Amino acid sequence: MIVRQLNPWGPNWNHPGSAYAQMRRDMDSLLERLSGVPADGSAAGVFPPMNVSEDPGHYYIRALIPGIDASQLNVSVVHQTVTVSGARQSPEEEGVSYHRKERAEGAFSRSVTLPASFDGARVDAKYVDGILTLTLPKPEAAKPRRVTVQTS
Amino acid sequence: MATDKTQGLQTREARDLAATMEATRPGVLLTPPVDIFEDPNAITVLADMPGVNPERLKIDLHEGVLTITGHADASEGPNEVTGVQEYRAGTFQRSFTLSEAIDQNQIRATLKHGVLRLRLPKAEQAKPRQIEIRTD
Repeated sequence: MIVRQLNPWGPNWNHPGSAYAQMRRDMDSLLERLSGVPADGSAAGVFPPMNVSEDPGHYYIRALIPGIDASQLNVSVVHQTVTVSGARQSPEEEGVSYHRKERAEGAFSRSVTLPASFDGARVDAKYVDGILTLTLPKPEAAKPRRVTVQTS
Repeated sequence: MATDKTQGLQTREARDLAATMEATRPGVLLTPPVDIFEDPNAITVLADMPGVNPERLKIDLHEGVLTITGHADASEGPNEVTGVQEYRAGTFQRSFTLSEAIDQNQIRATLKHGVLRLRLPKAEQAKPRQIEIRTD
């Protein structure tokens, strides 16, 4: 079972827009091109690889989980933590011999802690072409608000 | 470099590809992980290509080299700011060398939930044959 917790806005992660984060992405991209090994964590046995992003109204979590039945996916939301779990099993093939087995297989579970609490009922989950997309509307308190500065 | 020679199918490593091919479109070039298995009638290749739909998938057979190419577009909206990025959208590509043991006219491909399934039927002469032993 692969269990790993992500905390995108926690102390261990750089602010998304920071120059350092951008540099790290560029470095990953360079290393990947030179070595031919993906820098996306898939080679390190982390499954599924996830991207987390936000816009003013929503958080988005996208996970690459190709070849699974939507009914085999569990998404749960508890306060600030969103957990995606399931199992990816190759269909049982009768009487075959394997030459290569590179695709990740088995049970997985990953959690993401976001900076706000969510109402699970309002989370939208879609599974298209092997990508799970979770759309989480930000609670009012977490939305950016313009404050008017008054001069006396 | 590890290459496995199976009967009729040989996987080209990403590094081989890089030598013969330059990226011609923006975005990263990704090597999809594959499962390859063989039964008496065919060799089957499964490749993970999340985000690729059938319209963006190309399967090319040229001089005995089967190349699969699929493009996945980034699904982020224009106003989104990324917090964690563990994968990037790009072009999946991988090549396989086929021998004459594959019936190249009968290759079938299906793409479902981001997994490509290629069935490469063996040519008649490559199938295992039971040889009857007679005793006089």
